Amino acid sequence: MNYGPLIFLGAFFALATSWFGFVLKPQFQVGQLQGTNSVPGNNPYPSGRSGLASQGLEVYRANGCAACHSQQVRQTGTVCDLVLTAPGTNQTALIQALREILPATPDDEIGRLLTGLPKVILSGVNRNEANKADALLKGAKAKTELRIVPIGADIARGWGKRQSVAEDYLYDSTVMLGSLRVGPDLANVGARQPDANWHLRHLYDPRSVVTNSIMPSYRFLFEKPKRTKGLAQGSEAEMVPKREAIALVAYLTSLQSDVSLFNAPYSGAAQPPAPATNAAPAVSGNTNAPAANTSQTNAPAK
Amino acid sequence: MSAVSQIPTPASAQVDSSCRAALLVLLISSGIWLLLASAFGIISSLAFHAPALFADCAALSYGRAKPAGMNAFLYGFCLQAGMGVALWLFAHIGRTRLAHSAMIIVGAALLNLGVTVGVLGILSGDSTGFEILEMPRYAAALLFIGYVLVGAAAAVTLHRRVPGTLSIPHWFLITALFWFPWIYSSANLLLGGPPVRGVTQAVIDWWYANNFQFVWLTLVGLGTAFYFVPRLAKRPVHNLYLAALAFWMLILFGSWGGVPNNSPVPAWLPALSTVGTVLTLVPIIAVAMNMCSTACCGRSENLLPEDKTPFQFILFGLAAFVVAGITNAVTSLIQVSPWTDLTWLVVAKNQLQTYGFFAMVIFGAIYVVVPGFMGERIFCPKLMRWHFRLAVIGIILFVLPLAIGGVVQGTQLQHATTPFADIMKRGVLFLRVSTMGEAFIAMGNLLFVINLVGGVGRHYRAEAVTVYMAATADLHSEGMRS
Repeated sequence: MNYGPLIFLGAFFALATSWFGFVLKPQFQVGQLQGTNSVPGNNPYPSGRSGLASQGLEVYRANGCAACHSQQVRQTGTVCDLVLTAPGTNQTALIQALREILPATPDDEIGRLLTGLPKVILSGVNRNEANKADALLKGAKAKTELRIVPIGADIARGWGKRQSVAEDYLYDSTVMLGSLRVGPDLANVGARQPDANWHLRHLYDPRSVVTNSIMPSYRFLFEKPKRTKGLAQGSEAEMVPKREAIALVAYLTSLQSDVSLFNAPYSGAAQPPAPATNAAPAVSGNTNAPAANTSQTNAPAK
Repeated sequence: MSAVSQIPTPASAQVDSSCRAALLVLLISSGIWLLLASAFGIISSLAFHAPALFADCAALSYGRAKPAGMNAFLYGFCLQAGMGVALWLFAHIGRTRLAHSAMIIVGAALLNLGVTVGVLGILSGDSTGFEILEMPRYAAALLFIGYVLVGAAAAVTLHRRVPGTLSIPHWFLITALFWFPWIYSSANLLLGGPPVRGVTQAVIDWWYANNFQFVWLTLVGLGTAFYFVPRLAKRPVHNLYLAALAFWMLILFGSWGGVPNNSPVPAWLPALSTVGTVLTLVPIIAVAMNMCSTACCGRSENLLPEDKTPFQFILFGLAAFVVAGITNAVTSLIQVSPWTDLTWLVVAKNQLQTYGFFAMVIFGAIYVVVPGFMGERIFCPKLMRWHFRLAVIGIILFVLPLAIGGVVQGTQLQHATTPFADIMKRGVLFLRVSTMGEAFIAMGNLLFVINLVGGVGRHYRAEAVTVYMAATADLHSEGMRS
């Protein structure tokens, strides 16, 4: 019996379903994605990259940086922190509520909780527990704040404040998520290390800034300045970055995807790292400079 | 079909000689790409021994040499050698002459031109940035046209087969024939044209990479194995129904994979991908059972001495296929993937699938196919045995350290207190061992190409000498007469 047509049709069907599922459907869903707004703050997000940073993306692509660096922060889940911001008027009721929430804490500790607000009452609990405690405190007329804290190894490592989501890559024309971490994740490298000179030195000789780095040197992105020809011969000619290096650094410093969003929320930084944003935890979504601004200021640095 | 059946079946020797020119072009050029891929692989892994080595040479920097080697291997070797063996199988099983040899040669030339332009493009910084699809668009277009020409000749050869000879290998190879142009054109048009938006690019890239590495290569590799294992073991396929099951399950579930867990895409994509990938365990186990039963029973007494090494190549390849497939399925689980994703284990798994499985099966097939169509045992058995040994040592030395290093890396990355640079520094040890593996693989590849080119060269030199003797004999006799 001739199974030829049957096999052809069957295989055609099999590939077609996968094509509809993994090529066409994401195109309708993610491909139609529009910019969103930060929560809280309601600022438009993402805010495109500057021209120089976009050129830097091309340098990143051309040199295969994605072979070693991923650009995706992963999280395993979220926990809640409950913060007491103001004690309200009914102190006895509040202490009663706090005793109920923290049965293991001695009374004098609870009394101390009311001084120097805001204070974290519960940390790292799940949503239900936090809500229950929140309701008790609110019942005692106290003011509270519920913080959402993403957790996961990447976030604990300081690679980002929340997981990466599709919106972060909306306006990039080559999305290079990477499949291997030989180097650290770069999704937030601009927030982590905004110093353009550090990046330039790192590209020129990685081990001069990170002692045991295994990153290759990218000396070919630098050149000897032409005007030093006339200068004294004995002095070691300094290298200056080529345009590619400046663009690449502008791109790297523009990599900041730490705006709190509806589908990837986080509130403030209850943990010690990131001193800059600690000052105003509740509105940290607003304090992040738009990506374009940072790269603009970095560009003339060199 | 009736019209076809009236054509007299050509003799086996005619089938073989019709294959000769086209297949030699495909196989020898694939061998050269294999060597270039090895060279680029070694150059790129030197970055882990001396990070400042190519600091002034953009073209040989890790981020360019690595994808260049990968593309040379996948498109220069895998695609070409796979098509070469598939063409021979279509002609041989179908007992018909290879159709349109000239078209295949033109196609192969375009394909090689495409890969050459593509690899040069990557080295000069014109990579697209999409994994496995790094070759720039103009190179991809050349490669595609080349493939279509070769594939069209394969389809015509298939159509002219003696009726009633559609066997299990055909199933796999027919599917592979149109699978590649579909996925390749789809991915290149959507990514290379006006690109799709945001992470959809990554999803399409994953879809393509999975479909090429884990479906297309599997289809061609298994199609080849389903012909050669029964032929060399001199037994029919143990269970045809199991083979059919493996085929259908592979194409149904295999194509639904490749999206890693926890990636920044809608959650249904990785979830569905995990389901598809785990279900590929069904065809993998079916193939393993079937091949074991076919190959292991009465293997020693039936096997011809010259078939022993090719048979070992194919069996090793199938074992690697099973291990790679199981690793792929296990690491797609959300309970495992945080420890394995974005680590060296992914590289190890892909290498086991592409080189450990596909290339080894194709080597075995080439060692049988080429003497077949040359009509002479052109391969040196000693070199063949050494190629096998070096390849096995190389694959183990490459894959095992990277797999262990990957799991170690993944575990350490879970502990945020361990500094990242320290983790990587410790991981370099594994990478250095894997460079040794790469060197062994490269030596094996070199022996393969020497054996192939040398054998074919010897054959044609002998033929030329005979022709020359005949011609000069004629001259001599004429000279004597005058």
